[in-house]
Amino acid sequence: MKKFSWKIGVVAAIIIIAFIYILPTIGMVLKGETEPGLWPHKKINLGLDLQGGMHLILEVDTDKAVESTVERISQEMRSLLKKKHIRHGGVDRIETVKIEAKISGSENIDRFRKLLDEDFKELRIVSENTDADALTIILDLPDEETAYIKKSAAEQALEKIRNRIDQFGVSEPDIRNQGERRILIQLPGVKDTDRAKDLIGKTALLEFKLLNETHDVDAALKGDIPPGSEILYQIKKDPNTKRVQKTPFLVKKRTLLSGDYLTEARVQIDNQYNEPHVSIKFNKKGGRLFERITAENVKKRLAIVLDDRIYSAPVIQEKISGGEARITGRFTHEEAHDLAIILRAGALPAPVNIIEERTVGPSLGIESIRKGILSIMVGGILVIVFMVIYYKGAGLIADIALILNIILIAGGLAAFQATLTLPGIAGIILTIGMAVDANVLIFERIREEMRLGRTPRSAVDAGYERATLTILDANVTTLIAALVLFQFGTGAVKGFAVTLSLGVLASLFTALFVSRMIFDYFLSGRKIKQLSI
Amino acid sequence: MQFVKSDINFDFIGKKQSAFILSLLMIAITLASLAIHKGPRYGIDFAGGTLIQAKFSSTVDLNTIQAGLKTAGLENSSVQLFGDSAANEYLIRTERSEKKSEGLSSKVSAALAEASGATVEISRFEMVGPQVGKDLREKALKAMFFALLFITIYISGRFESEWIKSGIMAGLLISAVVFAHNIFAYFKWDVGIGYLIAVALIVTLALFWVLQLKYAMGAIVALIHDVMITIGVFSILDLEFTLPIIAALLTIIGYSLNDTIIVFDRIRENLKKYRKESSAVIINKSINETISRTILTSLTTLMVVITLFFLGGGIIHDFAFAMIIGVLIGTYSSIFVASPILLAWQKTSAKF
Repeated sequence: MKKFSWKIGVVAAIIIIAFIYILPTIGMVLKGETEPGLWPHKKINLGLDLQGGMHLILEVDTDKAVESTVERISQEMRSLLKKKHIRHGGVDRIETVKIEAKISGSENIDRFRKLLDEDFKELRIVSENTDADALTIILDLPDEETAYIKKSAAEQALEKIRNRIDQFGVSEPDIRNQGERRILIQLPGVKDTDRAKDLIGKTALLEFKLLNETHDVDAALKGDIPPGSEILYQIKKDPNTKRVQKTPFLVKKRTLLSGDYLTEARVQIDNQYNEPHVSIKFNKKGGRLFERITAENVKKRLAIVLDDRIYSAPVIQEKISGGEARITGRFTHEEAHDLAIILRAGALPAPVNIIEERTVGPSLGIESIRKGILSIMVGGILVIVFMVIYYKGAGLIADIALILNIILIAGGLAAFQATLTLPGIAGIILTIGMAVDANVLIFERIREEMRLGRTPRSAVDAGYERATLTILDANVTTLIAALVLFQFGTGAVKGFAVTLSLGVLASLFTALFVSRMIFDYFLSGRKIKQLSI
Repeated sequence: MQFVKSDINFDFIGKKQSAFILSLLMIAITLASLAIHKGPRYGIDFAGGTLIQAKFSSTVDLNTIQAGLKTAGLENSSVQLFGDSAANEYLIRTERSEKKSEGLSSKVSAALAEASGATVEISRFEMVGPQVGKDLREKALKAMFFALLFITIYISGRFESEWIKSGIMAGLLISAVVFAHNIFAYFKWDVGIGYLIAVALIVTLALFWVLQLKYAMGAIVALIHDVMITIGVFSILDLEFTLPIIAALLTIIGYSLNDTIIVFDRIRENLKKYRKESSAVIINKSINETISRTILTSLTTLMVVITLFFLGGGIIHDFAFAMIIGVLIGTYSSIFVASPILLAWQKTSAKF
C-alpha cells in the first residue's frame, strides 16, 4: 500500500484542484449569477457562438492616413507660401502620396528651398527638374515616416474604438490588434448589431465648411464643378414615413474647423420641437477659430459635415463666441446619443472597413448549449453503458476515469481562462469517445495476457506496461494535430483545439494513473483469482 | 463480452489486392469529383460572402423568401432549409461581402418580414470579406501542412527509433519546400500554397524511400489516403468546406494514426518474437491479434460522433459527418493500406 501512496496524493490533489476551479462556475449557474462568487473567482468563459454576440474584424485603411497627412502638409505648404509671399505655380498632391510644387523665378526658388529646409525637413525629394527659370519638384514622405504613420493610425484607431465601446457600455468587450492593420472586436450580448457597427465603423470626421453660394448647384451636378469646391449631400430620413431625402450642396473643399478642437458633445432636447440634437463645445483655440470664422462670414451658410455627409448648413446670423455649436438632423434619441459618443471619442485617423463579421443571436446560443449538453450526456451514457457491458468491472473503472476526465477538462478550461465554444463542446464529446480508447487498449492487452495463463496481478502489470507506449504514441499524434490547430485556428475553432488538447492530456492522466491506481487498490493485499474484465 | 473471437485468423493480407483496387477507385472518384466540381466547394469562411440564418414565426415557402431577398437587393442568394422543417429556419447564402455591410442584417430581416408576413429573427449573420477568406484558406492549408510535417517527424523518429534520420528528413523537407517556394516566386507563378503542399508530400514520400523509413511511409500514406477520401465524400455530396471541417480533417489526421500505431506496434513486437516466420505471416498475425481493439476504439469514438451528428444541431452537423467518415476510413486504412505498404517494402528491398 505504501508503494503508491504518494501517487494517490498527487492524483487526489489534481482532482481537488480541478474541482475548486469548477465550483465557482457551478455556483454561478445554480444561483443565476453573472459573476463567479466563489474563490478563485474564475469561471468557464463562453464563446460568442454560445452566449450570443458580435465578432468583428476591422481593417484600418492606413493608406488613407498617409494620404491625409500628405494632404495636410501640402495645405500647410500652400499657406506658408502665401504667408511669406512666395509666388508659386501650384502645390498639389499627386499620385495620392506625393506633393508636386512648381515655382518660377530664381528669387522665389531660393526662398522656397530655404522654406523646405526649415519647415519641411521631413520631406524627401523624389525628383527635381529645372526648366529655364521654372522649378518642378516632387516630394514625398520617407519610408520610415510612412510606416510610422500607418502604425500609429492603427494604434489610434484601436484606442478610439475602445473609447467608443466603453462609453456605449458593453460588458466584457474584447478589443485587440490583429496583425498590423486589423482590429479584432468581440462584443458579447450585443443585440442591436447594426447600431453597434455604426458606432464602431464611423470615421466621425467632423468638418465645418462654407457653401459655395456664387455657383449654381444644378450646373455643378451636370459636371460644371468650380475648382476648390465639391458636391456633398444632406441625407434626411423621416423617422415616421421612413422616406429618405437627398439634397445636394455645393461646398468649398477647404476645412475651416474640424472635430479635433472638440472638448465635449452632449445630447440635448430642443424645447420647441422636442427633437434631440447634439450640442458640441470647442476648446479655447477651437472657440477662437469658430469666433473668427463666424465673424468673417456673416450671412453666409456654414455646412456641418460629418464623414462627407452634410448634417445642416445654417446661415451665420452673427459672430458666435463662446465656442458652442449644435448639430441637428432629425435624429432619433439613439442616433443622437451615439453621435455624441463618437464625437467625444474623436475621429478615427483613417477609415475602417469591416472585413469579417460573425453575429449569433442569444436564442441560437442557448439552443447550441442545450444541444451540446444533450450530446455530451447521450454520448457519455452510451459509452459508459457499453464499457460496463463489454468489460464488466474493469469497464466501471474506465467509466470512473472517463467522468474524472470531463471534470479535468472543465477545471482546465476555468483554470486557463480558456473559452468554451460550440466546436469546443464537440471536442469534449470527441474526447469522451477517445478517452476510453486508452482503457480499451489496456484491457484488451490484459485479456490477452490472461489467455496466456497469467495471474490477474501480473496480467494487469503486463497490460499497463505493454500498452503504455502505444497509448502515448496514439495520443501524441492527436495532440500534435490539436496544437497545430490551436496555432492556426481562429475564434470558435480555436476552442475546439483547446478542449481536444485538454482532453488528450486528461485522458493520458486518467488512463495511465487513475485507472491503474484503482486496479492496484483492488489487487493489492487480496488474492484475487478472477478479474472482472 | 467479446465481439471478435480471440483466436481469429482472417487472411487480411490476402485481400490486399482487392483493397488496393478499392482504395485506388475511391481516390480516383475523389479526384474526378474534385475535377467536376472545379475544386472543393468552399463555404463563406474560405470563399468570402454572407451567410444569414433566419427564423420565421410561421411557415413560409422558398419563393416568398427569394422574393423578400430580391427587395433587399440579394437576388443571387441560395436559400436552404436549416434543421427540422417544423422550426421554419432557413440558411441564406450570398456571395456578397460588402465592406460596409451597414444595416444589411436589419434590411434583410425587414424585407423578409414584409414578404412573408411573419416575424423574422436573424439568429446568425456571418460576413467574410474576400481577403479574409483568402487568408483563412492559406491558414487552413498551412495548418494541414504543419500537422503532417510534425506527425511525419514524430512517426519516423518514434517507429524507427532513428531520430537522426527523422531530423535529416525534416531538414531536407523544409529546404525542399523553401526551394520550391523560391522557384515559384522566381518564375512569378502565383500557384498558392496548395501546390507547395503537393511538392512537400512528393518530397516526403521520396525521402521515406531513400531513408528507408518504412513504417513512417505506411502511416503517412494511410493518412493522406484518409484525408483525401474524406474530402472526396464531401465533394461528391457537394458539402461545404468550412473552418470546422478543417478542424475535423486535422483531428482525423491525428486520430486515424491511432489504429495504425496499434497495428505497427504489434508488428514490431511480433518481429522480435517470431524471427523465422515470413513478414506476410507476421503482419497478418499482428492485424488479427489487434483487430479486436482496432474495432473497439473506433466503435466508442463512432458512438459519440454519431450522437453528435444526430443531436448536436445544424451548425455542428457537417463536422460530425466528417468525423464519422474519417473514423471509418481510418480504421479501414490501418488494416488494408498501412500494413500492405509495409509488406510491399519488404518485397522490393531485402532489409526489413
